[in-house]
Order: sequence, then structure tokens, then C-alpha cells
Amino acid sequence: MAAVQDSAVVVGAGANGRPAAQGRWASIWAKHGAGYMFLLPWLIGFFGLTLGPAVASLYLSFTSFDLIRAPEWVGTANYVRIATADPKFAAAIHVTFLYVVLSVPFKLAFALLVAILLNRGVRGLTVYRAIFYLPSLLGGSVAIAVLWRQLFAGDGLINSLLGQFGIEGPSWISHPNYSIWTLVVLSVWQFGSPMIIFLAGLRQIPTDMYEAASLDGASKFRQFYKITLPLLTPVIFFNAVVQTIDAFKAFTPAFIISGGTGGPINSTLFYTLYLYQEAFGNFRMGYASALAWILVLIIALFTAFSFLTSRYWVHYDD
Amino acid sequence: MTDATMSSVTAPPSVPLGRRGPLGSVLVHGGLVAASIAMLYPLLWMISASVRPEDEIFASTSLWPSSIDFASYLRGWFGLDVSFGRFFWNSLVVSVLTVIGNVVACSLAAYAFARLRFAGRNFWFAIMLGTLMIPYHVTLIPQYVLFLNLGWVNTFLPLVVPKFLASDAFFIFLMVQFFRGIPRELDEAAMMDGCGPWRIYWKIMLPLSLPVLATAAIFSFIWTWDDFFGPLIYLNDMNTYTIQLGLRTFVDSSSTSDWGGLFAMSTLSLVPVFFFFLFFQRLLIEGIATTGMKR
Repeated sequence: MAAVQDSAVVVGAGANGRPAAQGRWASIWAKHGAGYMFLLPWLIGFFGLTLGPAVASLYLSFTSFDLIRAPEWVGTANYVRIATADPKFAAAIHVTFLYVVLSVPFKLAFALLVAILLNRGVRGLTVYRAIFYLPSLLGGSVAIAVLWRQLFAGDGLINSLLGQFGIEGPSWISHPNYSIWTLVVLSVWQFGSPMIIFLAGLRQIPTDMYEAASLDGASKFRQFYKITLPLLTPVIFFNAVVQTIDAFKAFTPAFIISGGTGGPINSTLFYTLYLYQEAFGNFRMGYASALAWILVLIIALFTAFSFLTSRYWVHYDD
Repeated sequence: MTDATMSSVTAPPSVPLGRRGPLGSVLVHGGLVAASIAMLYPLLWMISASVRPEDEIFASTSLWPSSIDFASYLRGWFGLDVSFGRFFWNSLVVSVLTVIGNVVACSLAAYAFARLRFAGRNFWFAIMLGTLMIPYHVTLIPQYVLFLNLGWVNTFLPLVVPKFLASDAFFIFLMVQFFRGIPRELDEAAMMDGCGPWRIYWKIMLPLSLPVLATAAIFSFIWTWDDFFGPLIYLNDMNTYTIQLGLRTFVDSSSTSDWGGLFAMSTLSLVPVFFFFLFFQRLLIEGIATTGMKR
């Protein structure tokens, strides 16, 4: 309200042909000030919590810093050690890539399969949709990770179920060959949100395309392959990128299931878990900053790569 | 009946009905029901385990307890030095403050981006979108050093103050998209009547934007309630623990002794999220479907 009055004053001054200097500032303020007032909290946050810390983190990544003494410049030593002399880094990269490669395709495949089933006009769609989405909503909590740890314990529920079919299951959690699979299954169990996005995408495909195709005698499978899949590629692409970035950042389940260790034998040492251990367990803040920047680099490279290759398989409407 | 009407409104089937015989329909439903049971089984089993007598918990894979016994809830609630009531209260305080912070700060910024003209608007908007892509790991350590030096560790401030500075840029983006859909004529008419930007924001934009504000509020609440990483880093004093840290402590301290108590507290910790899910299901699902937000 005040702003409007100010600008009215300035217009008056301008009409007299003597815009006072004070009036010009008032005019600029009236025009732009309100915008910056509304933006102020975000601007403070951006400089204080994002830009400032990002610059500081880049600086710290070239130092040795334990929180107590001042950071000590070590040049590229952190990065050199990461690249050449850190077996835990190698293990973390291995586990994280394995997790991404195993969990994302399974998750997307389930999401798409269920979305297609639900899109066929089944009765009770809203109920099914809710049931399949619920695990996604609860999945990030410690309670579910705790439950999972118990389900896959040596004497846990999964092995009891397998036992009823005469199969003796291994102790999933404590065996390095199987532990990663418990986390993959947990991730796949939460296929609900990509499923909902697939459902929304399927709804956009015009019905008459299928009618025309079936008049031409195209089989269901052919229709799926020739119509549904190509028209859905933008949604598949979106889901794949979002889920992959998320998988790179996974933390809580691995932390809870391994008791914070990333064990057995580093088999669940997710990258973020290793970063946490270095920063808040060993207080190697400089080294952990370098790890953080490498993670950013990996995610950025992956995203760039996805967008570059997407032009060969993602079809947008022309 | 309601289901049938609702689904015909929300999801026009893209494959013509009637082309599938009764057998196909039975198969589809059979598959979906089986999948639903598999999805819910772990959750139901946990709830059932929480009301079983202690010696029966791992004895059966069935979901039906032979007798119902709430002793686990009492043992779990008082199982640590600090009761779970304290953890629930802490989680509630942090979550509610986060919701307020996110809704207020993000809507202010979104209003500026969507409606106000000022020098540099497009520049800042591009920067804001850019921050969406920065993983929190980059800012994590300097932020920790900052909050440590401010003496904020072991308080809720590091978890809450950033929200009042619109640190969840995703919600800004969501609100900008919504605000842009509100007819500009309303602002212009209000301006003619002498309203300034504050009044327009307060009297026109916010009341008309309740759906997007509610979506942001609900997701904020659920994500904060479930957050483990933030509290893990900033809260070391058990009196300040949130429910997620409380649960984790319970796992560590009771190791294998009191599974009933652990499942009881786990079940309780999911109640608020489940409650929100039950009441705001449509809003949540539409939010996911139109914006792709997820956690």
C-alpha cells in the first residue's frame, strides 16, 4: 500500500519536471523494493545456507580440518588419496553403483507393470493405488528400516516363510553377498510414487490411438510396444532420473540395517554413509567435503549423460 | 459404488472396457490382490507383533495374534531413560515449526517470483531453480560448522531456522506454478482499489492457494516427521531426540531383548504419517502425479 502511494508522489514530481534525487530513489524502491522484501527470507537463506556453505565446502575440501583446529591447506591431497589410496571409497562407490543398478530398474519395472494393470479401468482403482503408495510414504522412516532388519534376520520372518516351502534361507543381513539385496528389496517395495507418475502419464495417451490400432489388427503386445511405450518415454525418463539421483543419496536404511557400520565387510557402505562416517565419526571434515564434491560430480555427470542420451530414445510430441 | 464413480472421474480407462472377458478381469484382480497382500504383509505383521505376548512374536508368520496384549506398548514407552512421550513431543514441535516455516517463507518468495516485477527477477528465479539440483551434501559440513559455532547444536534451531529461510526450494517452485494459474485480473482489480502487494498476497493469493499450501504443509510434516539424518547430526542429547532417533536408540540399547517394545514404538511412530495419508490421500497423490515430488 505504502509502495503505491510512494510511486504516486514520484509521478507528481516528474510531472513538475524536477525529479528530486530523493524521488528517484523512492521511485526505484517503489518499483523493485516490494519484490526484494518478499524475497528477503529466501535471499538470506540462499547466501547464508547455500552459496556461502557451498564455497566454504569447496575450500574445506582442500584442507585438513577436525573442527577443533583451524583448517589447514593441503592442496589436492584429499582428492589424490580418494582416487588412489582409499579402499573404503572404492567399496562405497562399488556398493552405491550396485544399489543403483539393481534397485532402479526393478523399481521402475514394477511401477510400470502395476500402473498398466491399474490403468485398465479396474474397479477399486483408488483403493489399490492407495495400498501400493503407502509403503513409499512410510519407507523413509526408521520404523520400516528396523522392521526390515528383523524381517531378513537369520531367524526372521522371510526365512520362516521360506522354511514353510522347505527352503533354508541364509542370514541375509549378516552375509556380505546378500545384505545389499535386503536394501534393494526395500527400495523396490517403495515403487508407489513412480507408479503414480506412470499412471498420470498413461492417462495422457489418447484412447483413439488404441482403437485405430486394434482395427488394424494389432495385438495387445504390439500395441504396448508400438504405442504405450514410445508415448510414455518422457515419463520413463523422468522417473529414471529422479529415482537414480535418489538412490545415489540413500542413507537411512543402510545406516539402520548395518547399525551405522556399513557392514558386513563394507557390503552396505553406501556413499552417503561413508561420508557421514568420515565427517561425524572421524571428524575428517576436509576429507568428507572432498567426498561430497565427488558425489556431486558423479550425480552431475550422470544427469548430463542421461539428458544427452535421452534424445535417442525419449520421444516428445512435435 | 463410490470406487467405480471415483475411478471413472479420475482415470478414464485408456483401453476400452468390455474387450476383456470375465476371465481376464479375474486374473487382473487376482494379481492385484496378491500384490496388495505382499505389499502390506510386513506392515501388518509388525502391527500384529506389537500386540502379541512376547514369547509368540517370532513363533508364527501369521498375522492373527492368538491373544491381544498391550504390554509391549508400556514396556516400549518407558524402555529408555527418556520416555517416548518426550520424543513424540520433540518430533511434533520440529514438524509443526517446519510446516509453518515452509509455508510462510516459500509462499513469500513464490509470490515475488510469480507476481511482482523487479529488477533481477529472472536471474534470481534461475538461481532458485538451480538450487533444486544441489544435493545437500555440498552444504552439509559448512552448515554444521556454522550452527556449531552459533551454539545451536542440541537445539531444534538447525532443523527449523533454515525452513523459515525458504531452504526447501522445491516448495517455492510448486507454489510459483500454482500462483501463475490465478487470474491476474484479481491483482489488477485489487491494485485499482488501492491494495499494495502485501494486501494482495495476504487477502487474495493465500486464500486462493489453499490447495497448494496444504500440499506443501502435509509433505513438509511427513518428511520432517520421518527425517533421520538432520536429527542424527544435530541432536546428541537424549532429551532433544526426535522419534526417529528414539527408535534407533531403542534398537541399539535393547539389541535383541525387547522386540515387542520395539515393534510397538515403531508402529506408534508411523501413526501420524498414516493418519495424514488417510485423510489427505487425494491431495498427496495429486501432488505426486502433477509435480513428480517424492521422497
